[in-house]
Amino acid sequence: MNRIEKTFASLKERNEKAFVPYIMAGDGGLDSLQEKIVFLEKAGATAVEIGIPFSDPVADGPTIQRAGIRALKEGTTFRGVLSALAEIRPFVSIPLIVMTYVNPVLAYGMGKFIVDAKKAGVDGCIIPDLPIEEEELIARMLEDSGIELIRLVTLTSPLERIKEIAGRARGFLYAVTVTGITGARSGFQNELGDYLKRVKSVSNKPVLAGFGISTPEHVKEMSQYCDGVIVGSKIIELFEQGDLKGIENLIKAANSFQSV
Amino acid sequence: MTTYTLPDHKGHFGPYGGKFIPETLMQAVIELEDEYKKAEKDPAFQQQLKDLLKEYVGRETPLYYAENLTRHGNGAKIYLKREDLNHTGAHKINNTIGQALLALRMGKKKVVAETGAGQHGVATATVCALLNLECVIFMGEEDIKRQQLNVFRMELLGAKVVSVSSGSGTLKDAVNEALRYWVANVNDIHYILGSVMGPHPFPMIVRDFQSVIGKETKEQFFAKEGRLPEAIVACIGGGSNSMGMFYPFLEDEEVKLFGVEAAGLGIDTGRHAASLTKGKPGVLHGAYMYLLQDEDGQILEAHSISAGLDYPGVGPEHSYLKDTGRVSYESITDEEALEAFQLLTRLEGIIPALESSHAVAYALKLAAKMKKEEAIVVCLSGRGDKDVPQVKARLGKELES
Repeated sequence: MNRIEKTFASLKERNEKAFVPYIMAGDGGLDSLQEKIVFLEKAGATAVEIGIPFSDPVADGPTIQRAGIRALKEGTTFRGVLSALAEIRPFVSIPLIVMTYVNPVLAYGMGKFIVDAKKAGVDGCIIPDLPIEEEELIARMLEDSGIELIRLVTLTSPLERIKEIAGRARGFLYAVTVTGITGARSGFQNELGDYLKRVKSVSNKPVLAGFGISTPEHVKEMSQYCDGVIVGSKIIELFEQGDLKGIENLIKAANSFQSV
Repeated sequence: MTTYTLPDHKGHFGPYGGKFIPETLMQAVIELEDEYKKAEKDPAFQQQLKDLLKEYVGRETPLYYAENLTRHGNGAKIYLKREDLNHTGAHKINNTIGQALLALRMGKKKVVAETGAGQHGVATATVCALLNLECVIFMGEEDIKRQQLNVFRMELLGAKVVSVSSGSGTLKDAVNEALRYWVANVNDIHYILGSVMGPHPFPMIVRDFQSVIGKETKEQFFAKEGRLPEAIVACIGGGSNSMGMFYPFLEDEEVKLFGVEAAGLGIDTGRHAASLTKGKPGVLHGAYMYLLQDEDGQILEAHSISAGLDYPGVGPEHSYLKDTGRVSYESITDEEALEAFQLLTRLEGIIPALESSHAVAYALKLAAKMKKEEAIVVCLSGRGDKDVPQVKARLGKELES
């Protein structure tokens, strides 16, 4: 059993919701990566999503774009992130999921990526510009290696398509909660609850909501309908401000949520 | 060559192309493809497009025998396909008219577009004024500085121009922002992509709308010379004028096709926009194509004197045609393009766009190596009025030093 599956199985036993924070590797220097991941695990994160910076991140809003630019200016490379993760792995036990774009993976080389990611103890991979139509480029090799390709569904995906994507899902299904890019915002579309319920009803993998989630209230709201949340831009902002308490409060909102 | 039928049903040209986009956009590109297939077979749509191209754009454009330039080249005859004479001054409008009509068919009242030099932005704003569509244009802040007049032109036409400061503040970043804007507003907006790039079906749709250039050229040349030309030359940024020009000739193997990239300060200086000559395949803006990138897969900044060629990628179909060898891809430096700009202006009284000047410069080199009874057609993709201030600044500086 993959570490992601195990984690969600035990979460379910405890009747708890998942909280997956996103951080940008190399933002603040790669040296700070271990400290952040260890902190997040202690604070109760279910898994950590680690961004590998790309010069042209079209799925990301201003906060993650800026974090990526800072990381690139620090000289962060694909190789550097994977070897940092290999050093960090012995100190953390939660799943580590890398998030990047197709081009850096291709440039690194698929074969090499899999060997090095495996060595680094990476459990999953999110590539937002790789829809199912193009995934054969990467998916099979990845899955043969036991690294889960996390697939995304969105508010604009018709039900038939959601079913198709859910059918291929590994690890968990990432339900994008805004029609737009990543980044904090105040409110969500009215039909969001129905959408999450719909996704949940066709998926036999856990469903995590992500994009735009930035307050404990959002976390609770989303958690009613699915198995937990992914929070990116807000976590990056809170780390930037040094507001570790704020991060703990967000995570607590998910941990304390009890399904009825 | 056997019959050319690309892209395949998944939008690939060999290994190139595809739909590497966020899931949120998938439904929109699937719908666009469906609608385009219907429009292609709809005589009313085709007639409307044809009428607008004739009455509004001013097609067909002349195929002009440039006698003075030919004499100067002292080789093959040089013909110019005068896309500079289109309404708005470039080939871009062939595509924007077609796509705006598609937007209307899909019930979308608002469009977004990116622009580099501003030509595609102006062509988009123009058709939006005509067809009463709301229009948002993303433009890099560096390009806004270089092309002030085009910004004002777009605003006069009723478009909202949004300055993009992320990244290098040029065309690549304008495409990123336009894509992000499209992701956030996909339900009621159509993205009028300006070149043969982006996710399928854009490279196919833009090529098809631009292929009016090659179709007319073929007929016009035959009427004048009773045969096909020996060579065709066109400049390449994203690659839309060249793809539109080449496409109707792909199966005519006796016609040599030359795409001309911007060599900027020189092909080995690292300051150029020659994605095919110097790049390697990768994924950007929704397609697998040749890209200028570092070994870590980070996209590099392109450089060219011409804002319209200043793009670090090149359409997937060109990437494929490079690998198959059907098209030869060459490059011309800023300096050579400037020279050709002045030469064509002085010899023929035609001020070409700096983009098109690259094609003219290469055609002169090529003509000298060909026989006098042979002929080259150059796609003169746009007029150079927009570039006059920049050329003045550049030549003024050279005179002073």
